[in-house]
Amino acid sequence: MSTSSVAYAKAKAENRAALVGYLPAGFPTVEGSIEALTTMVEAGCDIIEIGLPYSDPVMDGPTIQDAVQQALDGGVRVDDVFRVVEAVAATGVPTLVMTSWNPIERRGVDRFAQQLQDAGGAGLITPDITPDFALEWIEAADARDLDKVFLVAPSSTDERITMTTAECRGFVYATAVMGVTGARAKTSDLAAPLVARTKQLSPAGTDLPVGVGLGVSNGAQAAEMAAYADGVIVGSAFVRTLLDNRSDEQAALKALASLTEDLAAGVRAR
Amino acid sequence: MTTHIHETTSYDADEFGWFGGEAEGFGGRFMPEALMKALIELDEAWQDAKADPTFVAEFDAILRDYANLPSPLYHATLLSDRLGVRVLLKREDLNHTGAHKIRNVLGQALLTKRMGKTRVIAETGAGQHGVASATAAAYFGLDCTVYMGKVDTDRQALNVARMRLLGAEVVPVPSGSGTLKDAINEALRDWVASVDHTAYLFGTAAGPHPFPTLVRDIVRGIGDEARVQAVEQFGGLPNAVVAAVGGGSNAIGLFTAFLDDEDVEIHGFEAGGDGFETGRHAATIQANDPGVLHGARTYVLQDEDGQTIESHSISAGLDYPGVGPQHAWLAKSGRVSYTSITDKEAMDAFALLSRCEGIIPAIESAHAIAGAIKIAPEVKERHGEGATILINLSGRGDKDMGTAIEYFGLGDEGAGARSDKHSGLGEAK
Repeated sequence: MSTSSVAYAKAKAENRAALVGYLPAGFPTVEGSIEALTTMVEAGCDIIEIGLPYSDPVMDGPTIQDAVQQALDGGVRVDDVFRVVEAVAATGVPTLVMTSWNPIERRGVDRFAQQLQDAGGAGLITPDITPDFALEWIEAADARDLDKVFLVAPSSTDERITMTTAECRGFVYATAVMGVTGARAKTSDLAAPLVARTKQLSPAGTDLPVGVGLGVSNGAQAAEMAAYADGVIVGSAFVRTLLDNRSDEQAALKALASLTEDLAAGVRAR
Repeated sequence: MTTHIHETTSYDADEFGWFGGEAEGFGGRFMPEALMKALIELDEAWQDAKADPTFVAEFDAILRDYANLPSPLYHATLLSDRLGVRVLLKREDLNHTGAHKIRNVLGQALLTKRMGKTRVIAETGAGQHGVASATAAAYFGLDCTVYMGKVDTDRQALNVARMRLLGAEVVPVPSGSGTLKDAINEALRDWVASVDHTAYLFGTAAGPHPFPTLVRDIVRGIGDEARVQAVEQFGGLPNAVVAAVGGGSNAIGLFTAFLDDEDVEIHGFEAGGDGFETGRHAATIQANDPGVLHGARTYVLQDEDGQTIESHSISAGLDYPGVGPQHAWLAKSGRVSYTSITDKEAMDAFALLSRCEGIIPAIESAHAIAGAIKIAPEVKERHGEGATILINLSGRGDKDMGTAIEYFGLGDEGAGARSDKHSGLGEAK
């Protein structure tokens, strides 16, 4: 059982959904991101996603792109990402890297996987590569029991969901909306049917958890999604909290903890 | 002249979009799952359309009656005298909207109608593809949004105005370097959210499968026409064919017809900017660094972390840090030779063609002219008297006059006074 699965199993045993929190490494600084992510762990995140800042993200909306650009302008490097992974994973919470594909190719898939494992990372979430074009990563991850989190979307055909869930380990990431990352006022009505379809099409007997992301920004929305999903994934709302408090580090961490607690209560109110 | 969109060459991609096979690793489909269904549907729709004689006939009629095609193949006698070889210009600058781009968008927009979608989006660098997309959208009654880097909207204001006049919404993209690559990112984000009713008119033969093949099939008329014209008008195939390469659509459009003619030399010229050795360039193939950008594995300008490095070129249309994956394969396989042309060499050629032939080329096309000037002595040596170079004059230079005015100081009192500094004007007299 991979480390993400452990966190999902624990949440399931408590009859709740898991809370998955995202921030890019190096935002606002490398040390600042470690502090922020640690705060999120202490305030109730069950799983952490660490974004690898990349110059040409396709799936990121303006909020995350703004943060990522700040991280890049601040000089964050791929090796810094592993440093953040190491620090966050040391808290005991499963820690995954969410990354566009090219930085992995550039470093070498096998080498990247090994460095991730050495840092204590649980696996990768890969928003711009699908299992049918990720054979090298699948091999490298399988050799190390790393989580392979691929995405399914409302537009996915049944055939593709079947193929994708067969290759996932840890959990599958269901994108609740057709669109890029970013907090939204209302939860999506596409999410519940997608989760149901994904669960139905997952390989029999694997009980692959389904995490839902894109658009969640508060406890009430988290509770809505927790009613049918195994995990609720939140990114832009955390990033927005830091962007809104960029001049006051302590206020930012306090607001981050408060948002995490609200969301953690939400996933328990299913 | 009938299109050859259904014909194949030895250098085509396999059904998964790999050029040279998966082991060689150029092409593919590196995209969010949200877009996979649309890409698969697009591929299937294109395979179906290009096998349908009704679609082909309709496309041919639109190209002929609306886009002014086939474009002429012109023997540039004065330039020929200067270079010592016969120079043939494929006059894509005479097409409706002034560039080869009109072929691509009319083909993709016709496919969009066939697929029942009502809106198109496009990205543009120099604005040629944006203008062509806005034109095709107006022609077919489709809504149109064009994404354009903020830097490019500033340097191509005339084309922005043309797009808006044609009814398109133009969205300046301030993120990243504010150029073509950022416009592509933004267009992809729009597409993720609108894919049910929107087609993405990809502007070059790059991106995820099937775009490199789809765009190539649609624009290959450039070479198909030129091949027939060369034989009919001049009694045989050229010894060398030449085109500028940014993303690579005009080049692949010309090259495809000659790929299996092993006796025909093929040369692509990338934008060398300040010079390849300075690092300020857009010579992606010359940099020879494989990576994944905008959905395909190809050559990419990138740093050691895989972050895209900004490209530099005086030509907005060539200012792109990636290249179509088929070009990457053609370079690796050795079938096509790719080198670079500096801004200065391109602008010298820009001035030369203007004064020597009375044709003001797009700065993109001026890179091809400069390349031909460079290789002419070798081509003549290899093929003897009567050696022929066919150049794709991919577009006209109206849109680049702002750049030319600034570069040559044409707006100053005593126009051309700076020709000593920028020797092109002086040499062209």
